[in-house]
Amino acid sequence: MNKVKQKDLILYSSLIILGLAAPYLFSAFKVQLTYLCVLIVLAMTWNLQGGEMGYNTFGNILFYGLGMYLTASVQVGMFFPLAEWTESGGEKTFVHTAAQYFQGIGVGLLVSAIIPAIVAGAIGYAILGLRGHYFAICTLGLGIAAGEIAGGIEIIGAGQGFTTPPFPAEIVDTEARGKFFYFLSFALLIGTFVFVKYIYGSRFKLILNAIRDNEDKAEAMGIQTMKYKITGWMCSAFFCGLAGGIMGGLIGYIDSTDVAFDGREMGVFMVLMAILGGKGTLWGPVIGATLFHFFKEGLWTLILGWQYVALGVLIVVIVIYFPEGLMGWLREKYPERFGEVIDEKDRKAQVELK
Amino acid sequence: MLMVQASLDGILLGILFALIAYGMALQWGVMNIINIAQGDLVILGGYIAYTMYLVGIHPAWGVIVSPIIMYFVGVLLYKLVINKVVDRDLFISILATFGIAIVFQQLMNFIFGADVVVAQSEYGTTMLFDNSVTLPNSKIFSAFISVLYAVALVIYMKKSKLGRAIRATAQNARAAKILGVDTEKVYAATFGINAALCGIAGALISITLTLHPYVGLPYTVRSFMIVIVAGLGNLPAVALSGMGLGLFEEFADYILGTEFRIGAVFMLLVFILVYRRFKLSKKREYLK
Repeated sequence: MNKVKQKDLILYSSLIILGLAAPYLFSAFKVQLTYLCVLIVLAMTWNLQGGEMGYNTFGNILFYGLGMYLTASVQVGMFFPLAEWTESGGEKTFVHTAAQYFQGIGVGLLVSAIIPAIVAGAIGYAILGLRGHYFAICTLGLGIAAGEIAGGIEIIGAGQGFTTPPFPAEIVDTEARGKFFYFLSFALLIGTFVFVKYIYGSRFKLILNAIRDNEDKAEAMGIQTMKYKITGWMCSAFFCGLAGGIMGGLIGYIDSTDVAFDGREMGVFMVLMAILGGKGTLWGPVIGATLFHFFKEGLWTLILGWQYVALGVLIVVIVIYFPEGLMGWLREKYPERFGEVIDEKDRKAQVELK
Repeated sequence: MLMVQASLDGILLGILFALIAYGMALQWGVMNIINIAQGDLVILGGYIAYTMYLVGIHPAWGVIVSPIIMYFVGVLLYKLVINKVVDRDLFISILATFGIAIVFQQLMNFIFGADVVVAQSEYGTTMLFDNSVTLPNSKIFSAFISVLYAVALVIYMKKSKLGRAIRATAQNARAAKILGVDTEKVYAATFGINAALCGIAGALISITLTLHPYVGLPYTVRSFMIVIVAGLGNLPAVALSGMGLGLFEEFADYILGTEFRIGAVFMLLVFILVYRRFKLSKKREYLK
């Protein structure tokens, strides 16, 4: 037991050191690394929902987009009139000072974590009563409806988009912006991982699994399934909102359907990454997201114009041929590595009985 | 008079939606898959008619040519992908067809460009009530053709051998297999017929509405919505709820404004599902 713990300690500390050193080692790839952190967070929270609870959602993009808009709106609205800001569009009539910028983004992120969680709780009772594919389609509808509706609201820029506050100009260090967003997303990643790991060791995870395997039986056993389902969704929404807020600041420009409620890209990516890595495992989404990101960054430029065709084909191939994902495949191959020990004594006893 | 205008537009449009929904109900009932690429098949059918229009043939002939081409596209799609998802979890079919939808969208974007296009039928318009209501003849034509094809398909399903086989497979695939029905062929034919229906609807959309590579998903959602309201294999209900949806959309367009039209469709989907969920939960049941 002690040995295992030591092994874990080495693994985690080396990963954290790698994460902290990454922006200095790969200085040119800070934006990609930030993306990677956010993608891992999205995949892990999707996995909590789709993999552990068995409620396959396309709707987590709703919280992601909501977080994005909220962070930017709060960051602007705290100091300047929001309507005038969006009206002036790219023209920078208002300039944030450094203090205002960081204060704004701090409060904005706080709001963008809490409000999506509240929204998830509020709509959860209605929507989590749906099961299986009805839930999937309903959340798909929600995500797209949110994008369409956000594209019609004037105060957040409507169809022409919303420019998030630029990084304060008085900070001369050109690397600062990239580093700031990288460390922000890395902190979020660590927070999410610790939280998900905590859930994996708790009774809550077992309840979620019970809901996934047979909800009626779980209910018959006296578990108030709805309560746990809503809690699970709120956890997902909390981290999705934060991820969205960070991404909004990083991209610097929010469009209703192409950046925020981007069901065609992010919404599919998070499902795909979790399935690629193996849903229902702690490390699956992390590995899946990393692989997917490398694949995407490596191939996207090579097959310019064909990337969506490649993405579509990839979805079909993964879903049809590897529905269990990488971790599922490994688990089948090396069951003993996953703690699935076959007790020799028990096996012998079984044979003797026959 | 705007009310009359919106109602007539809505009903004529709704008949077209019902045709797409009928294809959706067919494949859902027989093969137990939900096809997210349904709308993209519709748009592809529309582009076939549009291509005919570009080379100088009247696009209305698309209602005959497009289903024939789309039937083979459907069978090909079945052989490549769909046959691997038939007996599996519905979510797998949703994701796999989502992938197909993305591929279709992008390929159509390459071939036909990202512009909004329309095939001119030059049928003119009918004026009603002292010229206060304008009704494009192409819409009346499209509703007429939709009804014609729907009736033809119902008769075909009732009378023909393949139709009987499809209905038998829908009732119990295993029993049908034991009694000598080649279910694999039936599935392929069902998916082909569904694609052909999409082809007809697409050709009609190309002359009545507009085409764009990325507008497939709303058609999928509309047909899904009609099917869950009407139930599988209940044709009059499908027609009625199709018209209802058409009416809702025209009025949403009229009251809320065009920019919220698609948003309203998706919100209606959410509301219908949530309403059904609360209605069923009183009896401690859920949507299956």
